[in-house]
Amino acid sequence: MGAMESQDTLLAVEGLSKTFQTGAGDVHALKDVSFSIPRGSVVGLVGESGSGKTTLGRCLLRLVEPSGGAVRFDGTDLLALGSAEMKRMRKRMQIIFQDPFSSLNPRMRVRDIIGEALVTHGIGKSRTERRDLTAGLLEEVGLKADHLSRFPHEFSGGQRQRIGIARALAVEPEFIVADEAVSALDVSVQAQILNLMQDLRERRSLTILFIAHDLSVVEYLCEEIVVLYLGRVVESGTARKLYAEPAHPYTRALLSAAPVADPDAVRNRQVLKGEIPSPLSPPSGCVFRTRCSFADEACAMQVPGPVVLSEHQTSHCLKAGSI
Amino acid sequence: MADTTSMPMEASLAKVLVQRRAVILGLVILAVFGAAAILAPVITPFEPAAMSVRNRLTAPNATWWLGTDEFGRDIFTRLIYAGRVSLLVGGGVAIISSLIGIALGLAGGFFRRLDGPVSRVIDAMMAFPDILLAISLVAALGGSLINVVLALSIVYAPRIARVVRASTLVIRELAYVEAARALGVATWRILVHHLLRNMVSPIIVQATFIFAYAMLAEAGLSFLGVGIDPETPTWGTMINTGRQYIDTAGWMILFPGISITLCVLALQLVGDGLRDALDPRISKEL
Repeated sequence: MGAMESQDTLLAVEGLSKTFQTGAGDVHALKDVSFSIPRGSVVGLVGESGSGKTTLGRCLLRLVEPSGGAVRFDGTDLLALGSAEMKRMRKRMQIIFQDPFSSLNPRMRVRDIIGEALVTHGIGKSRTERRDLTAGLLEEVGLKADHLSRFPHEFSGGQRQRIGIARALAVEPEFIVADEAVSALDVSVQAQILNLMQDLRERRSLTILFIAHDLSVVEYLCEEIVVLYLGRVVESGTARKLYAEPAHPYTRALLSAAPVADPDAVRNRQVLKGEIPSPLSPPSGCVFRTRCSFADEACAMQVPGPVVLSEHQTSHCLKAGSI
Repeated sequence: MADTTSMPMEASLAKVLVQRRAVILGLVILAVFGAAAILAPVITPFEPAAMSVRNRLTAPNATWWLGTDEFGRDIFTRLIYAGRVSLLVGGGVAIISSLIGIALGLAGGFFRRLDGPVSRVIDAMMAFPDILLAISLVAALGGSLINVVLALSIVYAPRIARVVRASTLVIRELAYVEAARALGVATWRILVHHLLRNMVSPIIVQATFIFAYAMLAEAGLSFLGVGIDPETPTWGTMINTGRQYIDTAGWMILFPGISITLCVLALQLVGDGLRDALDPRISKEL
């Protein structure tokens, strides 16, 4: 990932691990995950259910406490911060959630939901100033100022997601984790929210980690992509390169599973066999080998490290470049 | 819902409650007892402790509406003064046990480290029979109105704590709590505004039932002679003394008995109604 580091990096994840202790044993939700996010870019984090995408997003904001590694935000290791310092840092990084229904407190009015962010960080001196700020935020996300005194249940899913976005924007963050921010919405609404995020990103020069399982959504929004499988990074690189020439067999399978809006397109489908293995007992060596059509004995013996294919692409596959 | 004044959940709740006759009945009974307790000196010309030895054990008549007891004290007067105590105990216990239960339940549900100890304490307290635990607490603290309220609050607090803990475990995982944490909202604020505010309904329902249980338990304690000092008229002590005259002056236990039954029944009706109204799955069918 030499190309990424040479740019101005806003967020660098280094060897991040998260282990959950369960009755059945330790679950390695994330293992030795490293990647970086250049300032002002939108990075897509993709992978199927159970790959650890959501846990990773939570770990970056310390909503879930990582077990090891480092998260450097603008040069500061977040994991080393005390709670007061971390609170100040939270002003700079926010999250948008997948489910627009559980992400808003049903007993709070919109002005209090957004106002809480302002009060917490001492933005706006008086009640009226905060009210004006909140109204401005609502208009920025495409709602009306007279929605302020309503309760969440009076809004549609898309409108609720806009409120969630306004809440995240209230503290004027530089970095936003969008955790499957459009997956729960209707397709037509998805497009509206994606357009809104695109607008906001340009207007506020945001850096975004966009977590998704829908590759067509990621292609629309992201410049770089990190592919996660069973808590490990399997491939990363620029979106253009990854979509054109996916190097890792898992990325190829993901891409071939994405629908293409052209009935005449020649499809060379690679269907994944079986389910994602249990993170309780991951396969030895390369964790993808149990579902990989190229796997041989070597894949069971050795954990693949990053193979830099070009300045735009890194694959974690022993056979990278030869398959 | 097009205008800016939105209808909070509470408004629809009131509507659902009023539609149920049983709830209305319960509220009316409680209102009558409440009014009688508050207006006691206005309603009755007698003093609760005023004796009239010549008229002892008089059957109900125009002067003594519900008869007199073994010292010639007016049963009706004693009944409404005893109602004050009962409502005070019930209300006090409902409030204090709710406060204790909320604190325990939030602590156990929200802070993982406290969950083990708090849950064990709750389990241990719930394993005791209510009245036995109340008797030993009153015996240890000494019998007075405040001590009875305290003892019963401790006895019933685990019921609230269990409800609060269960709700906390669910709400804690919801995205709006996570959003508040991501914003750096103070923990106490998260507990009050995001957790407690969303479990007000189950707490109110439980508190209503505790109100009824506490009135019954207070009567039980007084009946057993370990309650509030015997000078203060309570429904329990009235039944206890009336027991000795059951074959000659049945009214002595009949009216306090009816009072307890009515009050507890009314509270249960209101509690049931609240529970149904607050459960979206049931309230739709009404």
